[in-house]
Amino acid sequence: MYKLESKHVDFFYGASQALKDINISIEENTVTALIGPSGCGKSTYLRLFNRMNDLISNTTIKGEVLIDGLDVYAKGVNVDSLRKKTGMVFQKPNPFPKTIFENVAYGLRVNGITDEKLIQERVESSIKKVVLWDEVKDKLKKSAFELSGGQQQRLCIARALAIQPSVILMDEPTSALDPISTAKIEELVYELKSKYTIVIVTHNMQQAARVSDKTAFFYLGELIEFNITRELFTNPMVERTQNYITGRFG
Amino acid sequence: METTNENRISKSKDRHQKAAFFVFAVLGYFIVTILIAILSFIVIKGASVISWDFITKMPEEGMTKGGIYPAIIGTLYLVAGSMLFAFPIGVLAAIYMNEYVSDGVAKKFIRLMTNNLSGIPSIVFGLFGMALFVNKLGFGDSILAGSLTLGLLALPVVIRTTEEALKAVNDTFRHASYGLGATKWQTIRRVVLPMAFPNIITGLILSIGRVSGETAPILFTVAAYFLPKLPTSIFDQAMALPYHLYVISTSGTNIEESRPIAYGTALILIIIVLVCNLLANALRKYFNNKVKMS
Repeated sequence: MYKLESKHVDFFYGASQALKDINISIEENTVTALIGPSGCGKSTYLRLFNRMNDLISNTTIKGEVLIDGLDVYAKGVNVDSLRKKTGMVFQKPNPFPKTIFENVAYGLRVNGITDEKLIQERVESSIKKVVLWDEVKDKLKKSAFELSGGQQQRLCIARALAIQPSVILMDEPTSALDPISTAKIEELVYELKSKYTIVIVTHNMQQAARVSDKTAFFYLGELIEFNITRELFTNPMVERTQNYITGRFG
Repeated sequence: METTNENRISKSKDRHQKAAFFVFAVLGYFIVTILIAILSFIVIKGASVISWDFITKMPEEGMTKGGIYPAIIGTLYLVAGSMLFAFPIGVLAAIYMNEYVSDGVAKKFIRLMTNNLSGIPSIVFGLFGMALFVNKLGFGDSILAGSLTLGLLALPVVIRTTEEALKAVNDTFRHASYGLGATKWQTIRRVVLPMAFPNIITGLILSIGRVSGETAPILFTVAAYFLPKLPTSIFDQAMALPYHLYVISTSGTNIEESRPIAYGTALILIIIVLVCNLLANALRKYFNNKVKMS
């Protein structure tokens, strides 16, 4: 069984169709990159899995979006608990205006965990997983805003990991970061793969090539090509893919 | 040829710029001058009567001597009462408007109405307050009726500033919270409100400044010409600074003799408003730092 799946998904913002008949199957513990020019629907597609598109009014979805074989858009699905299964990392680092500790603890607290010892453990292990512990262990009570952009983004990943999701959705997580911070995040993505299924939207094709196992190329709301990353970049089957990855348009 | 032409153009641009700056500067200084003139006029005329006794003693001899203590206390009661009413309702209404109602006809209508509400002359609020609170609900001329009327006046300001404060919280914080499985209410309470709090407080204090100076709404609902004692319950009448000022300048026992007291009262009123504004600024800075740390 696939970890993530979409079957014949159409998505509309009002009357305009943003996704057209998207079929993708993603295996567990892999990294999948979604690439394509701006407005191609890749971010919209990513946000289907934790139903973040619900926050935008006047949208419609057709087809099935499955996590562990269960349709996330089925009736009776609790959106809040669905989102617990999927950690999300955003384009710009967006830590809360709270202490470093409370940022990571937030997801635990809103999900009803009150055992301070457990929270302590989870916060520590989550920050360690993103290789930030040594940098922040002495200033957990300081504001998260005091961290650099790259540190903030790793903190946001730790925040997502704390609620123990099985899927991590990343929406251009390095687009606001410098090359060194970017490299650290990419390294992290590679390490996290053993425990999580990761889907990453990126504008950066080298990044897609570096971190992902499979790559999906979107264009104007359609899935043009979905293949093993190495195949897609060295031997694309569709001409449009080739034009895009060689930089002829986009 | 070419260069002289360019020179001419740049010189003419320069002249235009200088002329524009000159006009702006004149207008700017003009306004500042007026402000300083008003303030110094009141300070010069009023400072002589300001003393500890002036703010802690009852009026004496037909309000031509003595202090304005009951008016200060009355104004404080009215401000507190009106905020007790307007602040919770206004903040909740703004949360509902900004976080729950989706954009549409209903929201536009409510917003139009709140905007119109803030444009209604304050004397109309006074009449409405008299009709509803004083007569219909039978509160009589009382602190309760006056506070509610002033509260209604402050409501649009509170709603407006709170809405702006909530809007200023970037959606990415909301999304991050939702993404972690938080409900809407958890997101509002734990992320949005703490971030918006400094600006909400600013709005509150600015509306205090506004309310404390209003005369018309309290005219028919609470204000007393003269009271020999302080109010003891919310159903008592009270004296208030702006109304006191009005009374001793227009219908006092001896208008000429009580003139200094009028200026003193005006000065106290201005000081209260000024302190409110300074406090608003200080609190915003304080809470802004606190928000980052909490």
